[in-house]
Amino acid sequence: MWLALVCLAAILAPILAPHGPGVTNTAASLQPPGPNYWLGTDLLGRDLLIRLLWGSRWTLGMALGGLAVTIGVGLPLGIMAGAFGGWVDTVLMRLVDALLAFPGLLLAMAVVSLLGSGIGAVAIAVGFAAAPGYARVVRTAAVEVRTELYVEAAHSVGCTPWRILVRHIFPNTITPLIAFAATQLGWVLLNGAALNFLGLGVAPGTPEWGAMLVEGRNFLRDAPWVSAFPGLALTLTVLAANLLGDSLQRAFEPR
Amino acid sequence: MWGRYIRRRLFQPAFVLWLAATLTFLAFYFTPGDPAQTLLAASGAGPAEIAQRRAELGLDAPLPVQYIRYLVNLLQGDLGQSWLHGRSVARMIGEQLPPTIELSLAAMIIGVFLGFALGILAAIRQGTWVDTLTTTLAVVGLSTPTYWTGLLVILFFSLYLGWLPSTGDGSFQHLILPALTLGFALAGAIARLVRARVVEVMGRQYVLAARARGIMPRPVLFIHILRPAIAPVLTVIALQFGFLLGGAVITESVFARPGLGKLAIEAILWRDLQVVRGVVILGAVVYVLVNLLADLAQAWLNPRLRDELT
Repeated sequence: MWLALVCLAAILAPILAPHGPGVTNTAASLQPPGPNYWLGTDLLGRDLLIRLLWGSRWTLGMALGGLAVTIGVGLPLGIMAGAFGGWVDTVLMRLVDALLAFPGLLLAMAVVSLLGSGIGAVAIAVGFAAAPGYARVVRTAAVEVRTELYVEAAHSVGCTPWRILVRHIFPNTITPLIAFAATQLGWVLLNGAALNFLGLGVAPGTPEWGAMLVEGRNFLRDAPWVSAFPGLALTLTVLAANLLGDSLQRAFEPR
Repeated sequence: MWGRYIRRRLFQPAFVLWLAATLTFLAFYFTPGDPAQTLLAASGAGPAEIAQRRAELGLDAPLPVQYIRYLVNLLQGDLGQSWLHGRSVARMIGEQLPPTIELSLAAMIIGVFLGFALGILAAIRQGTWVDTLTTTLAVVGLSTPTYWTGLLVILFFSLYLGWLPSTGDGSFQHLILPALTLGFALAGAIARLVRARVVEVMGRQYVLAARARGIMPRPVLFIHILRPAIAPVLTVIALQFGFLLGGAVITESVFARPGLGKLAIEAILWRDLQVVRGVVILGAVVYVLVNLLADLAQAWLNPRLRDELT
Protein backbone atom coordinates (compact mmCIF):
# COMPACT_ATOMS: atom_id res chain seq x y z
CA MET A 1 0.00 0.00 0.00
CA TRP A 2 2.01 2.88 1.25
CA LEU A 3 5.12 1.22 0.02
CA ALA A 4 5.39 4.38 -2.00
CA LEU A 5 6.64 6.10 1.10
CA VAL A 6 9.21 3.46 1.69
CA CYS A 7 10.39 3.67 -1.85
CA LEU A 8 10.67 7.38 -1.47
CA ALA A 9 12.81 7.02 1.59
CA ALA A 10 14.85 4.30 0.00
CA ILE A 11 15.40 6.11 -3.25
CA LEU A 12 16.50 9.15 -1.36
CA ALA A 13 19.57 7.32 -0.25
CA PRO A 14 21.22 6.30 -3.49
CA ILE A 15 20.24 9.32 -5.55
CA LEU A 16 21.74 11.80 -3.22
CA ALA A 17 24.92 9.90 -2.65
CA PRO A 18 26.94 11.72 -5.24
CA HIS A 19 24.64 14.71 -4.94
CA GLY A 20 26.77 17.50 -6.22
CA PRO A 21 27.98 19.82 -3.48
CA GLY A 22 30.21 18.44 -0.79
CA VAL A 23 28.66 17.23 2.41
CA THR A 24 27.62 20.34 4.28
CA ASN A 25 29.54 23.30 5.69
CA THR A 26 28.84 26.70 4.28
CA ALA A 27 29.64 28.76 7.32
CA ALA A 28 28.54 31.78 5.33
CA SER A 29 24.99 32.93 6.05
CA LEU A 30 23.33 32.20 9.34
CA GLN A 31 19.82 30.94 9.79
CA PRO A 32 17.51 32.38 7.19
CA PRO A 33 14.08 30.79 6.69
CA GLY A 34 12.42 29.04 3.72
CA PRO A 35 12.21 29.36 0.00
CA ASN A 36 15.64 30.42 -1.18
CA TYR A 37 16.95 27.33 0.40
CA TRP A 38 14.04 24.96 0.13
CA LEU A 39 14.09 23.78 3.66
CA GLY A 40 16.00 26.63 5.16
CA THR A 41 19.40 26.55 6.73
CA ASP A 42 20.73 25.78 10.13
CA LEU A 43 22.82 27.75 12.53
CA LEU A 44 25.96 27.40 10.51
CA GLY A 45 24.26 28.28 7.29
CA ARG A 46 24.22 24.80 5.92
CA ASP A 47 21.45 24.01 3.51
CA LEU A 48 18.99 21.84 5.33
CA LEU A 49 17.75 19.99 2.32
CA ILE A 50 21.22 18.85 1.42
CA ARG A 51 21.91 17.85 4.99
CA LEU A 52 18.69 15.94 5.10
CA LEU A 53 19.52 14.08 1.94
CA TRP A 54 23.00 13.24 3.07
CA GLY A 55 21.67 12.39 6.48
CA SER A 56 19.47 9.75 4.97
CA ARG A 57 22.59 7.77 4.24
CA TRP A 58 23.67 7.97 7.84
CA THR A 59 20.31 7.27 9.36
CA LEU A 60 19.19 4.58 6.97
CA GLY A 61 22.61 3.03 6.95
CA MET A 62 22.53 2.82 10.70
CA ALA A 63 19.05 1.35 10.65
CA LEU A 64 19.92 -1.27 8.08
CA GLY A 65 23.13 -2.10 9.87
CA GLY A 66 21.19 -2.49 13.06
CA LEU A 67 18.67 -4.68 11.31
CA ALA A 68 21.49 -6.81 10.01
CA VAL A 69 22.67 -7.32 13.57
CA THR A 70 19.16 -8.12 14.70
CA ILE A 71 18.68 -10.72 12.03
CA GLY A 72 22.23 -11.97 12.34
CA VAL A 73 21.82 -12.58 16.05
CA GLY A 74 18.13 -13.26 16.30
CA LEU A 75 17.65 -15.57 13.37
CA PRO A 76 20.17 -18.26 14.29
CA LEU A 77 19.12 -18.16 17.92
CA GLY A 78 15.46 -18.41 17.17
CA ILE A 79 15.68 -20.97 14.49
CA MET A 80 17.95 -23.27 16.41
CA ALA A 81 15.73 -23.02 19.43
CA GLY A 82 12.63 -23.72 17.43
CA ALA A 83 14.01 -26.42 15.21
CA PHE A 84 15.94 -28.44 17.73
CA GLY A 85 13.68 -28.06 20.68
CA GLY A 86 14.53 -29.78 23.89
CA TRP A 87 17.30 -28.39 26.05
CA VAL A 88 18.66 -26.22 23.26
CA ASP A 89 15.33 -24.49 23.14
CA THR A 90 15.16 -24.03 26.87
CA VAL A 91 18.67 -22.69 27.24
CA LEU A 92 18.44 -20.30 24.33
CA MET A 93 15.02 -19.05 25.27
CA ARG A 94 16.02 -18.43 28.84
CA LEU A 95 18.83 -16.33 27.51
CA VAL A 96 16.43 -14.43 25.33
CA ASP A 97 14.06 -13.94 28.23
CA ALA A 98 16.84 -12.50 30.30
CA LEU A 99 17.69 -10.05 27.57
CA LEU A 100 14.06 -9.16 27.14
CA ALA A 101 13.89 -8.26 30.80
CA PHE A 102 15.68 -5.06 29.93
CA PRO A 103 13.61 -2.28 28.46
CA GLY A 104 14.66 -1.82 24.85
CA LEU A 105 16.17 1.59 24.86
CA LEU A 106 17.94 0.99 28.14
CA LEU A 107 19.53 -2.13 26.78
CA ALA A 108 20.70 -0.26 23.72
CA MET A 109 22.08 2.48 25.92
CA ALA A 110 23.93 -0.04 28.02
CA VAL A 111 25.51 -1.62 24.97
CA VAL A 112 26.54 1.76 23.67
CA SER A 113 28.18 2.51 26.98
CA LEU A 114 30.19 -0.62 26.54
CA LEU A 115 31.12 -0.04 22.94
CA GLY A 116 31.92 3.61 23.00
CA SER A 117 30.52 6.17 20.63
CA GLY A 118 30.10 6.43 16.91
CA ILE A 119 27.45 5.31 14.54
CA GLY A 120 28.71 1.75 14.34
CA ALA A 121 28.27 1.35 18.07
CA VAL A 122 24.77 2.73 17.86
CA ALA A 123 23.83 0.41 15.04
CA ILE A 124 25.17 -2.60 16.86
CA ALA A 125 23.57 -1.58 20.12
CA VAL A 126 20.13 -1.01 18.71
CA GLY A 127 20.34 -4.08 16.53
CA PHE A 128 21.32 -6.13 19.50
CA ALA A 129 18.49 -4.73 21.57
CA ALA A 130 15.98 -5.70 18.92
CA ALA A 131 17.43 -9.17 18.48
CA PRO A 132 15.75 -11.03 21.37
CA GLY A 133 12.31 -9.96 20.25
CA TYR A 134 13.12 -11.11 16.77
CA ALA A 135 14.52 -14.39 18.03
CA ARG A 136 11.25 -15.05 19.81
CA VAL A 137 9.23 -14.61 16.66
CA VAL A 138 11.63 -16.73 14.64
CA ARG A 139 11.40 -19.47 17.20
CA THR A 140 7.62 -19.50 17.10
CA ALA A 141 7.67 -19.76 13.34
CA ALA A 142 10.24 -22.52 13.46
CA VAL A 143 8.27 -24.48 16.01
CA GLU A 144 5.20 -24.31 13.86
CA VAL A 145 7.06 -25.61 10.89
CA ARG A 146 8.75 -28.28 12.90
CA THR A 147 5.50 -30.06 13.50
CA GLU A 148 4.68 -30.23 9.85
CA LEU A 149 4.55 -33.53 8.12
CA TYR A 150 7.35 -32.98 5.71
CA VAL A 151 9.78 -32.42 8.51
CA GLU A 152 8.87 -35.73 9.99
CA ALA A 153 9.21 -37.27 6.59
CA ALA A 154 12.67 -35.84 6.13
CA HIS A 155 13.65 -37.07 9.52
CA SER A 156 12.48 -40.56 8.86
CA VAL A 157 14.42 -40.65 5.64
CA GLY A 158 17.51 -40.05 7.67
CA CYS A 159 18.30 -36.39 7.24
CA THR A 160 20.51 -35.07 9.96
CA PRO A 161 18.90 -32.41 12.12
CA TRP A 162 21.09 -29.70 10.62
CA ARG A 163 20.07 -30.60 7.15
CA ILE A 164 16.46 -30.53 8.12
CA LEU A 165 16.92 -27.12 9.57
CA VAL A 166 18.62 -25.62 6.60
CA ARG A 167 16.73 -27.21 3.79
CA HIS A 168 13.28 -27.55 5.21
CA ILE A 169 12.58 -25.43 8.22
CA PHE A 170 14.37 -22.30 7.26
CA PRO A 171 12.86 -21.77 3.81
CA ASN A 172 9.40 -22.21 5.20
CA THR A 173 9.81 -19.72 7.94
CA ILE A 174 11.10 -16.96 5.74
CA THR A 175 7.83 -15.26 5.01
CA PRO A 176 6.79 -14.23 8.53
CA LEU A 177 10.38 -13.41 9.30
CA ILE A 178 10.59 -10.85 6.59
CA ALA A 179 7.39 -9.24 7.72
CA PHE A 180 8.60 -8.91 11.25
CA ALA A 181 11.95 -7.68 10.07
CA ALA A 182 10.23 -4.73 8.46
CA THR A 183 8.58 -3.81 11.73
CA GLN A 184 11.84 -4.21 13.58
CA LEU A 185 13.45 -1.91 11.08
CA GLY A 186 11.07 0.78 12.20
CA TRP A 187 12.02 0.18 15.82
CA VAL A 188 15.73 0.14 15.11
CA LEU A 189 15.47 3.32 13.11
CA LEU A 190 13.50 5.09 15.78
CA ASN A 191 15.69 4.14 18.66
CA GLY A 192 18.93 4.52 16.81
CA ALA A 193 18.03 8.08 15.96
CA ALA A 194 17.01 8.48 19.58
CA LEU A 195 20.46 7.52 20.75
CA ASN A 196 21.94 10.05 18.37
CA PHE A 197 19.49 12.60 19.63
CA LEU A 198 20.70 11.98 23.15
CA GLY A 199 24.20 12.61 21.99
CA LEU A 200 25.39 9.09 22.48
CA GLY A 201 26.26 8.22 18.94
CA VAL A 202 27.62 10.27 16.13
CA ALA A 203 29.92 13.18 16.56
CA PRO A 204 28.14 16.53 16.65
CA GLY A 205 27.88 18.03 13.23
CA THR A 206 27.20 14.78 11.47
CA PRO A 207 24.06 15.08 9.40
CA GLU A 208 22.27 12.19 10.98
CA TRP A 209 18.57 12.89 11.36
CA GLY A 210 18.36 12.28 15.06
CA ALA A 211 21.41 14.40 15.71
CA MET A 212 19.99 17.13 13.52
CA LEU A 213 16.97 17.28 15.76
CA VAL A 214 19.14 18.18 18.67
CA GLU A 215 20.85 20.92 16.78
CA GLY A 216 17.63 22.75 16.29
CA ARG A 217 16.63 22.53 19.86
CA ASN A 218 18.10 25.72 21.13
CA PHE A 219 16.45 28.02 18.69
CA LEU A 220 13.14 26.32 18.41
CA ARG A 221 11.18 29.53 18.51
CA ASP A 222 13.17 31.39 15.94
CA ALA A 223 14.02 28.64 13.54
CA PRO A 224 11.77 25.65 14.09
CA TRP A 225 12.49 24.21 10.68
CA VAL A 226 15.91 23.02 11.76
CA SER A 227 14.31 20.44 13.97
CA ALA A 228 10.99 20.06 12.24
CA PHE A 229 12.20 18.62 8.98
CA PRO A 230 14.56 15.94 10.22
CA GLY A 231 11.84 14.83 12.57
CA LEU A 232 9.34 14.71 9.75
CA ALA A 233 11.72 12.67 7.69
CA LEU A 234 12.20 10.26 10.55
CA THR A 235 8.51 9.93 11.19
CA LEU A 236 7.70 9.25 7.58
CA THR A 237 10.39 6.65 7.26
CA VAL A 238 9.45 4.83 10.44
CA LEU A 239 5.83 5.02 9.42
CA ALA A 240 6.69 3.53 6.05
CA ALA A 241 8.63 0.72 7.68
CA ASN A 242 5.79 -0.05 10.06
CA LEU A 243 3.18 0.02 7.32
CA LEU A 244 5.37 -2.18 5.19
CA GLY A 245 5.65 -4.64 8.01
CA ASP A 246 1.91 -4.53 8.52
CA SER A 247 1.02 -5.16 4.93
CA LEU A 248 3.62 -7.89 4.65
CA GLN A 249 2.22 -9.57 7.69
CA ARG A 250 -1.27 -9.38 6.32
CA ALA A 251 -0.12 -10.73 2.98
CA PHE A 252 1.49 -13.75 4.57
CA GLU A 253 -1.27 -14.47 7.00
CA PRO A 254 -3.64 -16.87 5.19
CA ARG A 255 -1.51 -19.80 4.29
CA MET B 1 -4.06 -23.07 46.01
CA TRP B 2 -3.64 -19.43 45.36
CA GLY B 3 -0.40 -19.43 47.26
CA ARG B 4 0.93 -22.36 45.36
CA TYR B 5 0.18 -20.67 42.11
CA ILE B 6 1.98 -17.54 43.15
CA ARG B 7 4.98 -19.50 44.26
CA ARG B 8 5.13 -21.32 40.96
CA ARG B 9 4.75 -18.11 39.08
CA LEU B 10 7.55 -16.47 40.96
CA PHE B 11 10.16 -18.93 39.93
CA GLN B 12 10.58 -17.93 36.35
CA PRO B 13 10.89 -14.18 36.86
CA ALA B 14 13.36 -14.76 39.64
CA PHE B 15 15.43 -16.94 37.39
CA VAL B 16 15.25 -14.49 34.55
CA LEU B 17 16.32 -11.68 36.82
CA TRP B 18 19.23 -13.68 38.08
CA LEU B 19 20.29 -14.45 34.56
CA ALA B 20 19.91 -10.84 33.57
CA ALA B 21 21.98 -9.69 36.52
CA THR B 22 24.65 -12.19 35.63
CA LEU B 23 24.75 -11.09 32.03
CA THR B 24 25.06 -7.51 33.13
CA PHE B 25 27.89 -8.37 35.44
CA LEU B 26 29.75 -10.26 32.74
CA ALA B 27 29.22 -7.56 30.18
CA PHE B 28 30.61 -4.88 32.40
CA TYR B 29 33.36 -7.07 33.71
CA PHE B 30 34.85 -7.65 30.32
CA THR B 31 34.78 -4.05 29.29
CA PRO B 32 38.19 -2.56 28.92
CA GLY B 33 39.03 0.29 31.20
CA ASP B 34 38.30 0.29 34.87
CA PRO B 35 37.71 3.00 37.42
CA ALA B 36 41.10 2.90 38.98
CA GLN B 37 42.76 3.59 35.71
CA THR B 38 40.29 6.17 34.52
CA LEU B 39 40.29 8.14 37.71
CA LEU B 40 43.94 8.15 38.51
CA ALA B 41 45.60 8.07 35.13
CA ALA B 42 44.11 11.46 34.45
CA SER B 43 45.79 12.92 37.48
CA GLY B 44 49.10 11.39 36.48
CA ALA B 45 49.27 8.64 39.04
CA GLY B 46 51.82 5.90 38.66
CA PRO B 47 51.12 2.19 38.20
CA ALA B 48 51.66 1.45 41.87
CA GLU B 49 48.95 3.82 42.94
CA ILE B 50 46.62 2.52 40.32
CA ALA B 51 47.18 -1.01 41.54
CA GLN B 52 46.51 0.07 45.09
CA ARG B 53 43.29 1.80 44.15
CA ARG B 54 42.24 -1.23 42.28
CA ALA B 55 42.79 -3.34 45.32
CA GLU B 56 40.75 -0.90 47.37
CA LEU B 57 37.88 -1.18 44.98
CA GLY B 58 38.15 -4.92 45.05
CA LEU B 59 38.86 -5.13 41.37
CA ASP B 60 41.82 -7.43 41.65
CA ALA B 61 39.88 -10.33 43.07
CA PRO B 62 39.32 -13.33 40.83
CA LEU B 63 36.17 -13.49 38.75
CA PRO B 64 34.07 -15.83 40.92
CA VAL B 65 34.80 -13.80 44.02
CA GLN B 66 33.81 -10.56 42.36
CA TYR B 67 30.71 -12.23 41.05
CA ILE B 68 29.58 -13.51 44.41
CA ARG B 69 30.27 -10.16 45.96
CA TYR B 70 28.27 -8.54 43.23
CA LEU B 71 25.29 -10.79 43.78
CA VAL B 72 25.36 -10.38 47.51
CA ASN B 73 25.54 -6.63 47.19
CA LEU B 74 22.76 -6.66 44.70
CA LEU B 75 20.44 -8.52 47.00
CA GLN B 76 21.13 -6.02 49.69
CA GLY B 77 20.40 -3.20 47.37
CA ASP B 78 23.97 -2.06 47.08
CA LEU B 79 24.77 -1.17 43.53
CA GLY B 80 28.30 0.00 44.08
CA GLN B 81 29.91 3.39 43.95
CA SER B 82 29.72 5.84 41.15
CA TRP B 83 33.13 6.27 39.60
CA LEU B 84 32.47 9.84 38.77
CA HIS B 85 30.89 11.08 41.94
CA GLY B 86 32.04 8.53 44.41
CA ARG B 87 28.56 8.27 45.86
CA SER B 88 26.40 5.26 46.33
CA VAL B 89 24.79 4.37 43.04
CA ALA B 90 21.69 3.18 44.79
CA ARG B 91 21.27 6.49 46.48
CA MET B 92 21.81 8.43 43.27
CA ILE B 93 19.22 6.33 41.54
CA GLY B 94 16.87 6.72 44.44
CA GLU B 95 17.08 10.44 44.15
CA GLN B 96 16.36 10.50 40.48
CA LEU B 97 13.66 7.90 40.57
CA PRO B 98 10.60 9.87 41.73
CA PRO B 99 10.45 12.31 38.81
CA THR B 100 10.82 9.47 36.36
CA ILE B 101 8.10 7.45 38.04
CA GLU B 102 5.89 10.49 38.08
CA LEU B 103 6.32 10.98 34.38
CA SER B 104 5.90 7.31 33.58
CA LEU B 105 2.71 6.97 35.55
CA ALA B 106 1.21 10.11 34.09
CA ALA B 107 2.10 9.01 30.59
CA MET B 108 0.75 5.55 31.23
CA ILE B 109 -2.58 6.90 32.46
CA ILE B 110 -2.91 9.10 29.43
CA GLY B 111 -1.74 6.37 27.10
CA VAL B 112 -4.04 3.73 28.51
CA PHE B 113 -7.12 5.93 28.51
CA LEU B 114 -6.50 7.32 25.09
CA GLY B 115 -5.48 3.96 23.72
CA PHE B 116 -8.50 2.17 25.09
CA ALA B 117 -10.86 4.86 23.95
CA LEU B 118 -9.47 4.89 20.44
CA GLY B 119 -9.23 1.13 20.23
CA ILE B 120 -12.75 0.48 21.39
CA LEU B 121 -14.09 3.20 19.21
CA ALA B 122 -12.37 1.77 16.19
CA ALA B 123 -13.61 -1.69 17.01
CA ILE B 124 -17.26 -0.93 17.38
CA ARG B 125 -17.25 1.26 14.32
CA GLN B 126 -15.26 -1.31 12.48
CA GLY B 127 -14.90 -0.71 8.77
CA THR B 128 -16.14 2.85 8.81
CA TRP B 129 -14.19 6.03 8.38
CA VAL B 130 -13.97 6.33 12.12
CA ASP B 131 -12.09 3.08 12.21
CA THR B 132 -9.70 4.08 9.49
CA LEU B 133 -9.07 7.43 11.04
CA THR B 134 -8.36 6.15 14.50
CA THR B 135 -6.22 3.30 13.27
CA THR B 136 -4.17 5.63 11.17
CA LEU B 137 -3.81 7.93 14.10
CA ALA B 138 -2.61 5.05 16.18
CA VAL B 139 0.02 3.96 13.71
CA VAL B 140 1.25 7.49 13.30
CA GLY B 141 1.38 7.80 17.04
CA LEU B 142 3.67 4.90 17.46
CA SER B 143 5.82 5.71 14.47
CA THR B 144 6.59 9.21 15.49
CA PRO B 145 9.70 9.62 17.47
CA THR B 146 8.87 10.92 20.92
CA TYR B 147 11.68 13.38 20.81
CA TRP B 148 10.18 14.97 17.79
CA THR B 149 6.65 15.17 19.11
CA GLY B 150 8.15 16.58 22.25
CA LEU B 151 9.86 19.34 20.37
CA LEU B 152 6.76 20.08 18.35
CA VAL B 153 4.65 20.15 21.42
CA ILE B 154 7.07 22.52 23.05
CA LEU B 155 6.95 24.66 19.99
CA PHE B 156 3.22 25.00 19.90
CA PHE B 157 2.11 24.97 23.44
CA SER B 158 5.00 26.63 25.05
CA LEU B 159 6.63 28.98 22.67
CA TYR B 160 3.80 30.07 20.49
CA LEU B 161 0.86 29.83 22.75
CA GLY B 162 2.74 30.28 25.95
CA TRP B 163 0.35 28.15 27.90
CA LEU B 164 2.66 25.70 29.51
CA PRO B 165 6.28 25.68 30.58
CA SER B 166 8.61 23.83 28.31
CA THR B 167 11.40 22.74 30.57
CA GLY B 168 12.13 21.96 34.11
CA ASP B 169 10.21 20.38 36.84
CA GLY B 170 8.36 21.17 39.98
CA SER B 171 4.73 21.65 39.31
CA PHE B 172 1.86 19.90 37.74
CA GLN B 173 2.06 22.12 34.72
CA HIS B 174 5.56 20.96 34.10
CA LEU B 175 4.26 17.47 33.91
CA ILE B 176 1.56 17.96 31.33
CA LEU B 177 3.53 18.35 28.14
CA PRO B 178 6.01 15.54 28.67
CA ALA B 179 3.28 13.20 29.84
CA LEU B 180 1.16 14.03 26.83
CA THR B 181 4.05 13.45 24.47
CA LEU B 182 4.94 10.10 25.89
CA GLY B 183 1.34 9.11 26.38
CA PHE B 184 0.45 9.77 22.80
CA ALA B 185 3.03 7.32 21.50
CA LEU B 186 1.94 4.74 24.03
CA ALA B 187 -1.70 5.25 23.12
CA GLY B 188 -0.96 4.37 19.53
CA ALA B 189 0.43 0.98 20.41
CA ILE B 190 -2.32 0.23 22.91
CA ALA B 191 -5.10 1.35 20.60
CA ARG B 192 -4.06 -1.09 17.94
CA LEU B 193 -4.08 -4.03 20.29
CA VAL B 194 -7.31 -3.06 22.01
CA ARG B 195 -9.01 -2.78 18.69
CA ALA B 196 -7.80 -6.16 17.52
CA ARG B 197 -8.81 -7.80 20.73
CA VAL B 198 -12.26 -6.21 20.93
CA VAL B 199 -12.97 -7.08 17.32
CA GLU B 200 -12.02 -10.64 18.01
CA VAL B 201 -14.20 -10.90 21.08
CA MET B 202 -17.06 -9.23 19.31
CA GLY B 203 -17.13 -11.98 16.78
CA ARG B 204 -17.49 -14.66 19.35
CA GLN B 205 -20.51 -16.80 19.62
CA TYR B 206 -21.81 -15.67 22.92
CA VAL B 207 -21.74 -12.06 21.90
CA LEU B 208 -23.68 -12.73 18.76
CA ALA B 209 -26.08 -14.83 20.78
CA ALA B 210 -26.60 -12.06 23.27
CA ARG B 211 -27.31 -9.58 20.58
CA ALA B 212 -29.68 -11.96 18.87
CA ARG B 213 -31.54 -12.31 22.13
CA GLY B 214 -32.24 -8.65 21.87
CA ILE B 215 -30.06 -7.25 24.60
CA MET B 216 -29.35 -3.65 23.83
CA PRO B 217 -25.88 -3.03 22.43
CA ARG B 218 -24.60 -0.92 25.30
CA PRO B 219 -24.79 -3.43 28.15
CA VAL B 220 -23.58 -6.12 25.83
CA LEU B 221 -20.53 -4.09 25.11
CA PHE B 222 -19.54 -3.47 28.64
CA ILE B 223 -20.37 -6.70 30.29
CA HIS B 224 -19.61 -9.32 27.77
CA ILE B 225 -17.01 -7.83 25.59
CA LEU B 226 -14.77 -5.80 27.75
CA ARG B 227 -14.06 -8.22 30.47
CA PRO B 228 -12.43 -10.94 28.37
CA ALA B 229 -10.98 -8.34 26.08
CA ILE B 230 -9.10 -6.58 28.80
CA ALA B 231 -7.06 -9.47 30.12
CA PRO B 232 -4.50 -9.91 27.36
CA VAL B 233 -4.31 -6.20 26.98
CA LEU B 234 -3.03 -6.05 30.51
CA THR B 235 -0.14 -8.18 29.45
CA VAL B 236 0.53 -5.90 26.59
CA ILE B 237 0.44 -2.85 28.79
CA ALA B 238 2.97 -4.49 31.00
CA LEU B 239 5.12 -5.24 28.01
CA GLN B 240 4.82 -1.68 26.84
CA PHE B 241 6.16 -0.61 30.16
CA GLY B 242 9.57 -1.23 28.74
CA PHE B 243 8.80 1.26 26.03
CA LEU B 244 7.59 3.62 28.69
CA LEU B 245 10.83 3.46 30.60
CA GLY B 246 12.90 4.07 27.52
CA GLY B 247 10.57 6.78 26.36
CA ALA B 248 10.78 8.47 29.71
CA VAL B 249 14.52 8.77 29.28
CA ILE B 250 14.08 10.53 25.98
CA THR B 251 11.25 12.73 27.11
CA GLU B 252 13.20 13.80 30.13
CA SER B 253 16.00 14.85 27.87
CA VAL B 254 13.74 16.80 25.58
CA PHE B 255 12.00 18.65 28.37
CA ALA B 256 15.08 19.01 30.51
CA ARG B 257 13.40 17.25 33.35
CA PRO B 258 15.43 15.71 36.15
CA GLY B 259 15.23 11.98 36.42
CA LEU B 260 16.86 8.71 35.56
CA GLY B 261 17.28 9.72 31.96
CA LYS B 262 19.63 12.49 32.77
CA LEU B 263 21.48 10.27 35.20
CA ALA B 264 21.92 7.53 32.66
CA ILE B 265 23.00 9.78 29.83
CA GLU B 266 25.55 11.56 31.91
CA ALA B 267 26.85 8.26 33.15
CA ILE B 268 27.28 6.93 29.66
CA LEU B 269 28.99 10.03 28.39
CA TRP B 270 31.43 9.98 31.25
CA ARG B 271 31.79 6.24 31.20
CA ASP B 272 30.59 5.93 34.74
CA LEU B 273 29.78 2.31 34.16
CA GLN B 274 28.65 1.48 37.67
CA VAL B 275 25.78 3.89 37.36
CA VAL B 276 24.85 2.59 33.95
CA ARG B 277 24.87 -0.92 35.27
CA GLY B 278 22.72 0.11 38.19
CA VAL B 279 20.14 1.83 36.04
CA VAL B 280 19.97 -1.05 33.64
CA ILE B 281 19.45 -3.56 36.40
CA LEU B 282 16.81 -1.39 37.96
CA GLY B 283 15.06 -1.17 34.65
CA ALA B 284 15.06 -4.92 34.34
CA VAL B 285 13.77 -5.42 37.86
CA VAL B 286 10.94 -2.96 37.43
CA TYR B 287 10.00 -4.39 34.08
CA VAL B 288 9.93 -7.95 35.32
CA LEU B 289 7.94 -6.91 38.37
CA VAL B 290 5.36 -5.10 36.31
CA ASN B 291 4.95 -8.08 34.04
CA LEU B 292 4.61 -10.37 36.99
CA LEU B 293 1.89 -8.17 38.42
CA ALA B 294 0.11 -8.19 35.10
CA ASP B 295 0.27 -11.95 34.97
CA LEU B 296 -1.12 -12.27 38.45
CA ALA B 297 -3.88 -9.78 37.74
CA GLN B 298 -4.75 -11.68 34.63
CA ALA B 299 -5.00 -14.92 36.49
CA TRP B 300 -7.24 -13.23 38.99
CA LEU B 301 -9.48 -11.95 36.24
CA ASN B 302 -9.63 -15.18 34.35
CA PRO B 303 -9.62 -18.21 36.62
CA ARG B 304 -9.03 -20.55 33.73
CA LEU B 305 -5.48 -19.36 33.48
CA ARG B 306 -4.62 -20.49 36.96
CA ASP B 307 -4.20 -24.05 35.90
CA GLU B 308 -1.51 -23.10 33.51
CA LEU B 309 1.84 -24.56 34.31
CA THR B 310 4.68 -22.28 33.60
